[in-house]
Amino acid sequence: MADKKNMTAKQYLKLFTSTFSLSAFTFGGGFVIIPLMKKKFVDELHWLEEEEMLNLAAIAQSSPGAVAVNAAILVGYRSAGILGAFISILGTVLPPLIIISVISFFYQAFRSNMVVNAVLKGMQAGIAAVICDVVINMGGHVLKSKDWVSILLLFLAFVANFILKINVMYIILVCAVIGVIRVLWQKKHPKEAVQEEKK
Amino acid sequence: MIYLKLFWSFIQIGLFSIGGGYAAMPLIQEQVVELNKWITMTEFTDIITIAEMTPGPIAVNSATFVGIQVAGIPGALVATLGCILPSCVIVLTLAFLYYKYQGLAVINGVLSGLRPVVVALIASAGISIFIAAVWGGRAVSFAPSSINFVSIAIFAVAVFVLRKWKLNPIYMMLGCGVVGGIIYMIFPTLLK
Repeated sequence: MADKKNMTAKQYLKLFTSTFSLSAFTFGGGFVIIPLMKKKFVDELHWLEEEEMLNLAAIAQSSPGAVAVNAAILVGYRSAGILGAFISILGTVLPPLIIISVISFFYQAFRSNMVVNAVLKGMQAGIAAVICDVVINMGGHVLKSKDWVSILLLFLAFVANFILKINVMYIILVCAVIGVIRVLWQKKHPKEAVQEEKK
Repeated sequence: MIYLKLFWSFIQIGLFSIGGGYAAMPLIQEQVVELNKWITMTEFTDIITIAEMTPGPIAVNSATFVGIQVAGIPGALVATLGCILPSCVIVLTLAFLYYKYQGLAVINGVLSGLRPVVVALIASAGISIFIAAVWGGRAVSFAPSSINFVSIAIFAVAVFVLRKWKLNPIYMMLGCGVVGGIIYMIFPTLLK
């Protein structure tokens, strides 16, 4: 593991190039970047231990914001303190920022092209299918858990958002409060909490 | 003024999208399509498509895209900064707490309570995209003239293939793009 005090300019540079190249070649969402980060920072550079990487990944996935950015912040912070965190944020954000900027400038010309238009229309149906698949997977986990509070929250949140058009932030805040109350309740009634875990 | 608005919208997106990837989608849709009307639903689906095919998180990609459409490069920088600022503060705090106390039962409990909500929100955004694919900007109706049957067919086949063979989503989308491209080039009237 890197010693924070002995981080040299060369190591900061290594942190930057590592996060930059990981971000530049990670397609398809944040969850893909975690195993790649493990390869780089645990197996190759030995800045982190495997167990630690898994815990950092759990924090990254359950915190607000993009998983890849969160993971980069954590790995950078662990390797080289606050400065390390900012270096890895920069390394992670620059590639998409540059690539999307270039695409955006050509977007209008690109979009009015007949062939592009046809391909994007096909992809639109594909995206809907990919999301449908994700929902079936994630929803399946919730339903299988037989955790009735979660299942109820799932349906209420859907109705609130899609049918009643209630602002997403209110829905999340209300459900977070319900989550807090539930955890506190389980702490006060440990028997039921044990039963919950057994389920 | 527009910079402040962009910044504030993407702070909210960064703050409330938990679970990454598709979870950010409904929030981005609400902020940039519905509340501020910076881009249309079609442009929004384009962003999701582009974000899937290019590296980087969906939230950062859409911040850059929307920022540029609304206020050029400075807009992109402001929006991206807004989108990662909540992460910086919260994740660094959590990292600090984690290394101090090792384990955060209450936070984990709260987040497990949010998981079903995330599924519901993704489902809701998915249906919006499906409606955009099948009815475009038209009113949702069952009149055959307003329905894009090619989209329905591609959607059905793609869901089947994804469920059956667990194909990588990127290949799936590229495949749908190629199939759609070929069909619409041969039968241009079907593209609506």
